[in-house]
Amino acid sequence: MLILNCPYCGVDAEETELAAGGEAHLKRFGPGSSDDEFHDYLFMRENPKGVHFERWRHANGCGKWFHAARCTQTLEVFGTYSAQTTEPPQEIKDAITAKRPGWVWRDFS
Amino acid sequence: MRHYSAFAVAREALRYHTGWERAWRSPEPKKRYDAVIVGAGGHGLATAYYLGKNYGIQNVAVIEKGWLGGGNTGRNTTIIRSNYLQDPSAAIYEKARSLYEDLSQDLNYNIMFSPRGVMMLAQTQHEIRGYQRTAHANALQGVKTEWITPERVKELVPIINLDGPRYPVLGALWQERGGTARHDAVAWGYARACSAMGMDIIQQCEVTGVRSENGRVVGVETSKGAIECDKLGIVVAGHSGQLAEMAGFRLPLEAIALQALVSEPIKPCMDVVVMANTVHGYMSQSDKGEMVIGGGTDGFNNFTQRGSFHHIEETVRALVETFPMISRLKMLRQWGGIVDMTGDRSPILSKTPLGGCFINCGWGTGGFKAIPGSGWGMAQLMATGHSPLTEAFSLDRFKEGRFIDESVAAGVAH
Repeated sequence: MLILNCPYCGVDAEETELAAGGEAHLKRFGPGSSDDEFHDYLFMRENPKGVHFERWRHANGCGKWFHAARCTQTLEVFGTYSAQTTEPPQEIKDAITAKRPGWVWRDFS
Repeated sequence: MRHYSAFAVAREALRYHTGWERAWRSPEPKKRYDAVIVGAGGHGLATAYYLGKNYGIQNVAVIEKGWLGGGNTGRNTTIIRSNYLQDPSAAIYEKARSLYEDLSQDLNYNIMFSPRGVMMLAQTQHEIRGYQRTAHANALQGVKTEWITPERVKELVPIINLDGPRYPVLGALWQERGGTARHDAVAWGYARACSAMGMDIIQQCEVTGVRSENGRVVGVETSKGAIECDKLGIVVAGHSGQLAEMAGFRLPLEAIALQALVSEPIKPCMDVVVMANTVHGYMSQSDKGEMVIGGGTDGFNNFTQRGSFHHIEETVRALVETFPMISRLKMLRQWGGIVDMTGDRSPILSKTPLGGCFINCGWGTGGFKAIPGSGWGMAQLMATGHSPLTEAFSLDRFKEGRFIDESVAAGVAH
């Protein structure tokens, strides 16, 4: 079972406590954006076989949203971090680099 | 290819079964093919088969990273139905179901199609309205389904508990000519028929790159060397995104795990397929007597071919209430497959931004039942550039807002 540490309440939450919220760090496109931007924002999810960044909610717990860095191939968790950021913090990136040198996800690496 | 028949069985019985041939050849790849299909699952093999049979394109290779039929073709719960709400879905699934009817004769390979009937239980007021609407839509589409009462449900499935306190059975959508088939045999049958037409099925051969010139595909790089081709069909389900990346475009897909499990074999107790979408569970009894149970998907991206245990617990917990007799059953095996889900939960059968390159993916949780129809449409698309079966499933529908809203039918595992 997937276990993620909630960065807000500090609990190691099991998967049944959590709700998956999809891809992290999406840039929202709305009125005024081009068709391509809107299309990509709505449908073109990252679908990596490897390092992935996601939003999760500690639904049956403190209720807060947070971010997680995870490997979709091994289910390994690299770390969790605050939802109040538009990109993963350096220590998360370093933790991933230690285990997956040369990783790339969207513009992050 | 030597024909399979009752006479062949008798002949082989008299000579200690020494005369059976291998069902398909395992050749080394040639330098060039008219068409290359990536992925030797049901959909890929069916595409190759109908390219040869319907359009005379027989210089074809089917390339497979693992072994033939070892992905989702061998991991599903073998249910065949076509009771969909939207016209494009009903058309392609009904084409598939009708092809399944005489596929054993067509392929000269027993795929054990068993039109035992598929029942989709309505357990909420919302489902009653939804399924009655589907039944009416099916009548207009020429798909034979009907709305049946709880009494008829009990007649067809004596082991069901109609009065579950949480999930009462209020009626069902019944498709009499739906059912099951032997999933491996579908892949094997198509493979044998493709091989007999002179097509090469190349297993243990991973595609590592797609070659293109002037915006057109000219071949693929593989672990067994480069192979040239005029047309390329990508039919790889869970790994479609990776192949698309090699071909230089992106797909609106996410890969997630879907699970199934089987019980120990028991005496025959249920001779139809029962689906209960409210509780995300469905069940049928295999010819060996095992209860085959499928559940819901995980909510997050996953390439591991195993899912979360609590989903199984949820599925089984709900099914035990509807089928109290299964509460004492031991479960033998559980497994997962990687399904590729699109934004509207309907598949993509389409041309791609790369000329000569076609994609067939996004079947999500409902690919097995569509295999012959998908192959038929995909072959037509690859051979002629257009197919009425696949038209609505094109890649640009997301940009144009032409979604196929089947999440009612396909939002859960089936």
